[in-house]
Amino acid sequence: MQFTIEVNSKSIRAEKGETILSALNRNGIMIPTLCRMQEFTPTGACRMCVVEVEGRDRLVTACSALVEEWMKIRTHSPRVIKARKTIVELLLSNHPDDCLYCDRNLDCELQKLSDQLQVRERRIRGSKIKPRRDQSSPAIVRELSKCILCGRCIRVCEEVVTATSIDFIGRGRATHVGPAMDRDLNFSSCIHCGQCILVCPTGALHERHYVTEVQEQLSKNDVTLVIQYSPLVPFALADELGVKYQRDFDRVLNAALRKIGFDKVFLSGAGTDILITELADAVTAARTTGETKPVVITACPAWVKYCEQFFPEFLPMLSTLKTPQQISGAIIKSTLPPKDQNSGVYTVSVSPCTAMKFEARRDSMTRKGISDIDTVLTVRELARLIVLYGIDVTNIDPEPADEPMSQRSSAALLAETSGGLTESVLRSLTLRAGGMESDKSAVKKLRSVGSFREATVTDGKVTYSFAVVDGLNGFEKLRERLEKGSVYDLIEVMACPGGCVNGGGMIPAGSKEAVRQRSRFIYQADEQDAMRGPENSATVSMLYDDTFKECQDLTDKHLFHTHFSRRDVLL
Amino acid sequence: MSKIEDILTRYRSGSHESLIPILQDVQAEEGYLSEEAVVNIGRFLGMSTTKIYGLATFYDQFRFVPAGRIHLRICNGTTCFINGSGKLIAALKETLGVEPDQPTRDGRFSYELVACMGGCNDGPVVCSGDSFYTHVRAEDIPEMIKKLKVLADLK
Repeated sequence: MQFTIEVNSKSIRAEKGETILSALNRNGIMIPTLCRMQEFTPTGACRMCVVEVEGRDRLVTACSALVEEWMKIRTHSPRVIKARKTIVELLLSNHPDDCLYCDRNLDCELQKLSDQLQVRERRIRGSKIKPRRDQSSPAIVRELSKCILCGRCIRVCEEVVTATSIDFIGRGRATHVGPAMDRDLNFSSCIHCGQCILVCPTGALHERHYVTEVQEQLSKNDVTLVIQYSPLVPFALADELGVKYQRDFDRVLNAALRKIGFDKVFLSGAGTDILITELADAVTAARTTGETKPVVITACPAWVKYCEQFFPEFLPMLSTLKTPQQISGAIIKSTLPPKDQNSGVYTVSVSPCTAMKFEARRDSMTRKGISDIDTVLTVRELARLIVLYGIDVTNIDPEPADEPMSQRSSAALLAETSGGLTESVLRSLTLRAGGMESDKSAVKKLRSVGSFREATVTDGKVTYSFAVVDGLNGFEKLRERLEKGSVYDLIEVMACPGGCVNGGGMIPAGSKEAVRQRSRFIYQADEQDAMRGPENSATVSMLYDDTFKECQDLTDKHLFHTHFSRRDVLL
Repeated sequence: MSKIEDILTRYRSGSHESLIPILQDVQAEEGYLSEEAVVNIGRFLGMSTTKIYGLATFYDQFRFVPAGRIHLRICNGTTCFINGSGKLIAALKETLGVEPDQPTRDGRFSYELVACMGGCNDGPVVCSGDSFYTHVRAEDIPEMIKKLKVLADLK
């Protein structure tokens, strides 16, 4: 039902049951918000969105109050603006004044708000929060002095990720956000997915930066410096650098990376292609041996850690295959001859994921103390590296990537979205059976929304069934189904809702719809790509036919497998 | 059966509303909330330790390190503050060598700051177990600790 309300002496149409904020936004009036997150129940904690409602003594929070027919609202009256400005001034009163040196300079919501509300002097002075920097985690850094206690990270961690690793600790002035027993992050149940980073309005949470480490390696002349990037990186990077993405940008990126000083540029997508091949093999093998145990995909390192801590009883079901990044890393470190025998090969991987930073440091990902992947950068860090080295991406000629991992199929890109890896495996199974197109209705189901999805495909004589957990709050559903006796051939779990397109190392999408848009982009790119799956990829056949046969370490493929074990952390 | 398990049998598993009573019981039994206790309670109630710790730190009544054998409560309420509790606290910090809520290394002492114990006429007030000390001055502290040390060793 629609009705009219009066806003700033003009009438606007409002919908019954919607919040004041949504009615205002639809009618072209912007209200600043801080603790609000789209698609979450509002808390009204920060009071930034207050408006004046005639007949009410107190200011009303627009994000949580519902519109009513009698309402006469003033959104920018002197009283309202003063209230909002005071809130920002109070938040700034104990905030460190180091914007210039802050990770989020020019990209900070608090900075933006203080600019919008024209805070130009320090009116309220408070003692600064004692600096505390938690660098214990290889993936996420907490800077407690920059925290404004909006609570968004806490809600994401509890309601979306379901790891519940952080909460408010203490009371009053002493309140801060942290893991159980006020420990550091590496002792906590944090799975390093980085969803908290995406919602942090200030620089209180950010990924651990490794740009300096990479720079140091770049300055050495004798080290063979290798970089690989995941299929989603060029698209996300174009966005971060403010250029329009075109398919050619992938090859422009190759050239840019060589200009920075990397000796070899590989595509992690080739690793994804190998993973898809191995998974398809595993599914077929399980069918031929009559195995009823599903193949549970372990391509998401955040999910793997989640499983190790919360559901160790689930571990025997997990496939032992490494993630694409680590598969490529193993191939590089086994086959690439260093240009100088004494200094070896240094591998950098760029990914949309923060958990990969943690994964690369797992014991099982190293051989004789040497990591397969030495450093992992997020998309945001790569953008900084490119800017730091003065590369103008609009002005370089495209170049191909290096052999033996110079190509990826579009199935590898598909794997970056939730349900995509399952679809890729399905595609491989179809292509192997001589088909051209996977079952359309199954694909539609895999691509639909919802935190738990299932699809069944009948391919000639064989029927395959798949399950997709999109964001860990869908995991409960999967457990229920398994308990009730559902049997699946393949189970995919991704910790970030929407998949890697919404990864902790990406540019924050802001809403489910924006994440969905990224997935749609991938589906579109997939339509246009001729190399549908690893079966069509020359790179993959070359790797299997030549590289793996020539290199003794890779022949039995044991380097593509790892092991997982129960992890004792504070739950 | 451990003491914590014993306490937990009195409550219904999974009942989130029992959290605070359980925490109170455990603290009454053990003197503080250990990490082990928090983890066990979490498992019993199906709650994350993070949530339990977050909630428990909101209340002053819960502590997470063992108290000393002698636990002093120093009033830092308005009247005691005006009467010089600040100096008193500084003297205590120096004599014992620890911050509030931390036990001394020998385990004899710990102290905490409280808001008011109702002795505003006779401040600053210090309380140890059932005994109250009134009009305590900073220079009284070393002597007081010396006497209490004997008591602590008897415990």
